[in-house]
Amino acid sequence: MTAAGAAAPPTLAVEGLSTHFFTKAGVVRAVEDVSFTVDKGEVLGLVGESGSGKTVTGFSVLGLVDHPGRTVAGRILFRGEDLLAKSAAQWQQIRGSRIAMIFQDPMMTLNPVLRIDTQMIEAVQAHEKVSREEARQRARDALAQVGIPAAEERLKAYPHQFSGGMRQRVAIAIALINKPDLIIADEPTTALDVTIQAQILFEVQELCRKTGTALIWITHDLTVVAGLADKICVMYAGKIVEAGPIDGVLDHPAHPYSLGLIGSVPSRNKRGVPLAQIPGTTPSLLNLPPGCAFRDRCASAGEACGQEPDITLPLPDRPVRCHYPHAGTAP
Amino acid sequence: MSVFIIRRLMQSVLVIAIMGALVFFAVNVVGDPVDMLVNPEADQAEVERVLHALGLDRPLHEQFWFFVKNALRGDMGDSFIFGEPALKLIVQRIPATFELAVAALIMAVVVGIPCGVYAGLKPEARTSKAIMAGSILGFSLPTFWVGLMMIMVFAVMLGWLPSTGRGDTVQVMGIEVSFLTLDGLSHLVMPALNLALFKMSLVVRLARAGTREIVHQDYIKFARAKGVSEGRIILVHLMKNILIPVVTVLGLEFGNLIAFSVVTETVFAWPGMGKLIIDAINNLDRPIVVAYLMITVILFVTINLVVDIIYSLLDPRVRLGDLKR
Amino acid sequence: MSEAARQPAQVPAVAAADKVRVETPFRRFVGDFFDSKVAAGAFAVLAVIIFIALFAPWISPTNPYDLATVDVMDSRLPPGAESFTGTTFWLGTDGAGRDLLSAMFYGIRTSLGVGVSSAAIALVIGCCIGLIAAYSGGRVDTLIMRVVDIQLSFPAILVALVLLAILGKGVDKIIIALVLVQWAYYARTMRGTALVERSKEYVEAATCLALGRNRIIFRHLLPNCISPLIVVGTIQAAHAIALEATLSFLGIGLPITEPSLGLLIANGFEYMLSEKYWISFFPGLALLVMIVSINLVGDQLRDVLNPRLQK
Repeated sequence: MTAAGAAAPPTLAVEGLSTHFFTKAGVVRAVEDVSFTVDKGEVLGLVGESGSGKTVTGFSVLGLVDHPGRTVAGRILFRGEDLLAKSAAQWQQIRGSRIAMIFQDPMMTLNPVLRIDTQMIEAVQAHEKVSREEARQRARDALAQVGIPAAEERLKAYPHQFSGGMRQRVAIAIALINKPDLIIADEPTTALDVTIQAQILFEVQELCRKTGTALIWITHDLTVVAGLADKICVMYAGKIVEAGPIDGVLDHPAHPYSLGLIGSVPSRNKRGVPLAQIPGTTPSLLNLPPGCAFRDRCASAGEACGQEPDITLPLPDRPVRCHYPHAGTAP
Repeated sequence: MSVFIIRRLMQSVLVIAIMGALVFFAVNVVGDPVDMLVNPEADQAEVERVLHALGLDRPLHEQFWFFVKNALRGDMGDSFIFGEPALKLIVQRIPATFELAVAALIMAVVVGIPCGVYAGLKPEARTSKAIMAGSILGFSLPTFWVGLMMIMVFAVMLGWLPSTGRGDTVQVMGIEVSFLTLDGLSHLVMPALNLALFKMSLVVRLARAGTREIVHQDYIKFARAKGVSEGRIILVHLMKNILIPVVTVLGLEFGNLIAFSVVTETVFAWPGMGKLIIDAINNLDRPIVVAYLMITVILFVTINLVVDIIYSLLDPRVRLGDLKR
Repeated sequence: MSEAARQPAQVPAVAAADKVRVETPFRRFVGDFFDSKVAAGAFAVLAVIIFIALFAPWISPTNPYDLATVDVMDSRLPPGAESFTGTTFWLGTDGAGRDLLSAMFYGIRTSLGVGVSSAAIALVIGCCIGLIAAYSGGRVDTLIMRVVDIQLSFPAILVALVLLAILGKGVDKIIIALVLVQWAYYARTMRGTALVERSKEYVEAATCLALGRNRIIFRHLLPNCISPLIVVGTIQAAHAIALEATLSFLGIGLPITEPSLGLLIANGFEYMLSEKYWISFFPGLALLVMIVSINLVGDQLRDVLNPRLQK
């Protein structure tokens, strides 16, 4: 994960990002030394179990980490400029206009007491001095873009009059409304029906292709990422344990955790064979002991795992954080 | 929606009728009217004369019927002390009490909501802790004692504000009001603040609890992710959600303010109906007591009804569920 | 704060269990309660107030209602002044020349007595009615809850005003009025809790064992309903004290022969305008301290006893 070529900086380059939560019970290292890049038009899948720090990574990029959390180290380079060096007001101007986010639960992301038009128009007017009518027109276009018919009528409605899938489309329309360079989607389809999930996946993919928007898709569901992403980062206990192009990682995982994750996906080819599972549960991030966080659940753990593993490159483009990377890495 | 209103309306009428009967029987049966009405030194003939004049020698059900018939015509009897219709005396005093209650309500909202929202946004800040300590105090402070202390400090020691009365009033649409003259306003400040103190604490608590719940909602974070300014998030996204419970509770509390103005009016000699009823109780002026009670009952039932309707209008989830075809 | 703050308290509790001192629910409750310094302080203050109330006749410097010792010549002396006979009036004297401190001790006795006894009586009555509502269900339940709702929609002070206008003055009258004002709160709490508890498995188990209805109610159901009732009871006692003081201040509560703090404050009202602040100030302060400490204890009780807040 080195910085991109000299020609143009990548849309987003995160370097050594650490976000910690300073609770009364101790420090929670929710995100620790995370680095990745996303280029124009590229889709990055950020995969991990719940509590692995993927959502906090997304919020860190937007500067939306809640108290008592704080980004303590690293750089967030958005088109070459470090967001952490920006003032609160400058960052606010980037949020929603250049970088947008879609949340997990569509039932909770829209304010129940405000009409859809209020919530869409404010997203436009927060960044540009345009008339209400102009903003409204853009809201109408955005709704049409995500496949919501009768946009004008829908604008006058309240969120509770929409189904979950429709609300998520509205949320996506709000994310798209200012034509951002980067969208961070935090499990936007998890709460939806499978058929609606497929529709939304397809639409988002289409939109990114067309507009060249970069996309970070946060999920715990490998199958979603498999069909969508160009590259993938696997997170465990706040750290990226493996990264690389989607096919390489999925076909030949190097980190024992990635291997376990891929093994636990049900598949038609493995009918009748018991699903592999990763024993144990994710460790608490509160006062995590030193050493590899995965070692208690890992089949290939050895003596060295008492020490924190460094990032190694068993293959070019395939950083892995493990003392004993899986042997089957060779293509 | 209209079915809902009609049903609530019928309930309200029923409550008023039951309360009217209760008040009548309580006052007429439990207390001995002869003790209240007749000079203790009067002889038997005098007692009988008064009883007959007031219809008190007739059987109870006839008296009740008489009471209902007169009450429906707006006649609650004449005050023993003033010799004027009780209802008229009370109605004359209503504007003063309302002015006091409304001023207190406005103070409670204007001070309480910002303080509560602030305490909810920054729960760890020292100012917030001071606000919350203040609100606990506001809940516990006996209203009448605070009123006395205010008079002591601001009227007696500092001499900034007048201690009693209503000051100069002007007529607006035939109603005397104090708040439009400087003198009247200076008379209004202390009693209104005194009456508002308890409600202020209540509003602070409600606003704080609401804020703390709402700031952690996803839609607030989503609004931030849209790049909406912090000011707009608080004023629009947060406020509109908080206002629903606050308005509901305050609506219900308005009646409470009117009841509690009895205390404040006594302390500050504010010429409202609260002062009238205390004097009437002490002077055993029964028609005024009955008239006051009937008016407050009607007032309360109306307030509850109106709040129910406003609540259903404020919350789109309730409103549209009922209205949209 | 609950979880983080409780953490340290539970560690010693577990250690204590190791030393074969079994951790009873009561002991844990006490431990949790004194976790908050504010609550512990409030509890200490309340203990002192209760002590004063119980032993007022023995600890008061003088007997304020013994006409032989009260001298009108001593009236309205400022705090710290001495009488002609050499007694020091630490908080001054009132309009009749009584030692204010002693009068306050007696006032606290009356105020606390009236507040607590009315809350206790209302608790018993309200609980019985609430239980009847919960157990009979149907029309009886609807009727009782309707009455409760209507009564609660009127402010307590208004209801008390009406009752006292009808009943007249007196300690017994004001207790009756306060009970009638408060019973509905207990009835509502009791009914709600009883309905929840009744549907729980332990009651079903007791029913399956064919235990008598009374036994189920008094041995199984009631003990489990106690914690919300304690919380409501504490808060209501504070309300009752404040309400009694207010009514006495208005001159429709206690008679002059049984002065509570409210009446003492009212007595000082007329001297207020001549800057003789202490006659009203100190009794009010005592009232305030009493109500605040009860409220703080009640708040903490609610936090500790509310199972929803316990993780």
